[in-house]
Amino acid sequence: MSDSLHYPDALLRRILGSVRTIAMVGASPDWNRPSAFAMKYLQGKGYRIIPVNPQAAGREILGETCYAGLRDIPQETVGPIDMVDIFRRSDAVGPIVEDAISIGARVVWMQLGVRNDEAAARAEAAGLTVVMNRCPKIEYGRLHGELSWGGFNSGIITSKRRRLSR
Amino acid sequence: MTDDIPGDAPKRFGFETRAIHAGAPPDPATGARIMPIYHTTAYVFDDVDHAASLFDLSTFGYIYSRLTNPTVAALEERIASLEGGRGATATASGHAAQLVAFFALMAPGDAFLASRKLYGGSLTQFGRSFAKFDWHAIFVDPDDPENFARALTPNCKAIFVESLANPGGVVTDIEAVARIAGDAGIPLIVDNTLATPYLCRPFEWGADIVVHSTTKFLGGHGNSMGGAIVDSGRFDWLQNDKFPALTRPEPAYHGLRFYETFGDMALTMHTKAVGLRDLGPALSPMNAFLTLTGIETLPLRMQRHCENALAVARFLEAHPRVEWVSYAGLPSSPYHALARKYMPAGAGAVLTFGVKGGYEAGVRVVEACELLSHLANIGDTRSLILHPASTTHRQLTDAQRAAAGAGPEVVRLSVGLETVEDIIADLDQALGQADR
Repeated sequence: MSDSLHYPDALLRRILGSVRTIAMVGASPDWNRPSAFAMKYLQGKGYRIIPVNPQAAGREILGETCYAGLRDIPQETVGPIDMVDIFRRSDAVGPIVEDAISIGARVVWMQLGVRNDEAAARAEAAGLTVVMNRCPKIEYGRLHGELSWGGFNSGIITSKRRRLSR
Repeated sequence: MTDDIPGDAPKRFGFETRAIHAGAPPDPATGARIMPIYHTTAYVFDDVDHAASLFDLSTFGYIYSRLTNPTVAALEERIASLEGGRGATATASGHAAQLVAFFALMAPGDAFLASRKLYGGSLTQFGRSFAKFDWHAIFVDPDDPENFARALTPNCKAIFVESLANPGGVVTDIEAVARIAGDAGIPLIVDNTLATPYLCRPFEWGADIVVHSTTKFLGGHGNSMGGAIVDSGRFDWLQNDKFPALTRPEPAYHGLRFYETFGDMALTMHTKAVGLRDLGPALSPMNAFLTLTGIETLPLRMQRHCENALAVARFLEAHPRVEWVSYAGLPSSPYHALARKYMPAGAGAVLTFGVKGGYEAGVRVVEACELLSHLANIGDTRSLILHPASTTHRQLTDAQRAAAGAGPEVVRLSVGLETVEDIIADLDQALGQADR
């Protein structure tokens, strides 16, 4: 899982602090899959998560309608998609990134274990911000002190009192 | 080696800063600057859905202090930070850390390779008690790292060594053994108790897991038992089929796969959610608090421990009643070159020496000390002295004792932080009574 990617805390804070609606590609209707854990957690933190998965299109996942592809999301009713979070194999990422660009997402986030440098370069050339091989749930938890509850190395050292997150 | 740790703190903040601050920002609820002692067994749920999420491991939070506790978590994060690891799990003792670590890796019938020059208690735990789980330790002379490659069997699940071994002053060639473990697709576990991360950081040499008895130099004051498992987060558990506990569905968590779900946090999650849950050796929050306080001065203490130990070792080496001194900080030690490589700031504070006159002389020196305390521990501010053959290593055979550097004439010292002249004077008068 190790890589040489480095994303400053300030960048991750900016992304997680500014996006509201996230399309989750590869969201699973099975409640015990990692994507369902991440979706439920992020919903609890106030994000709206739109599931995308052709196998579950039309079904409801954690209260949200699932769409077959990013282009199928009706943004006129759902509202703008700020970020696309990708739970797919690295070699399947290319077309998803093309769709993310075309629907006007600002951020492409590839999950832990997912990395596609070519697709990332295309997204960045189109003006999107890209994060790879990270999990937004884990990064949210780390930046808000919750990862530390499990004895993980958050990398955060501060003498400031942290606000309790909900 | 740690450039993938999110936040990059190991590069941004120095070791001394992290020894004081890591894991312990001001308490969000009260603003308390020192980590509070959260002496509670359990934690209220917001509602049934929140409780379910916690039990499913789908969200972060506390359920019950046998698994996690805020004061214990602060200690875990601090040790993980100092070692440059991804996460840590604290346990009730160093032995508990070893049990919980191996529990994640081993199944009945499995084997692992271990140095045969280990702390005597580990030799007994691995050789006797682990055998009751049908886990088989294969002991190897660590002085030639190739011995590990030669001893590998298909059912080996790990290699276990100490960075600096007690009582023989043995330094392991971590980098060479790590390569052998990596080629075999199994993790290298390093007991870093005697060196502490101040002197040696095994992850920088390719180790995958570090275990500690925090009872020793990390806590440092002889007041609290404790242990820790630190995961580098770098081992690929899916590279083979050897680690089903981490890669296959876990029935007790509705078929969750730890490595798939938690990635580089999988081992740390498993040691808590399965290891501590089912084996039970959780650390007390009070002990975590005392250990956290001890670690704040770890860098200063280790510097003085090493200075005092070197002065004592030199004194003993020149003493007419001393046959030999085994301390990797002395040029006479066969491990001196390895110590310079792996622990350049000092070779620790535990050393052994042989008293002329064998078993009886060794016992007399130990009993004649007035300042040094005769007890079975190491890593205290107080200087400690012990005759291993009659105490910590008495369960072993003569051959095992000799292999572990604990022969009949051997006396072990854990050099403390007293005025060094006082430590030396006490040893001098005790040695004067050796052939009484």
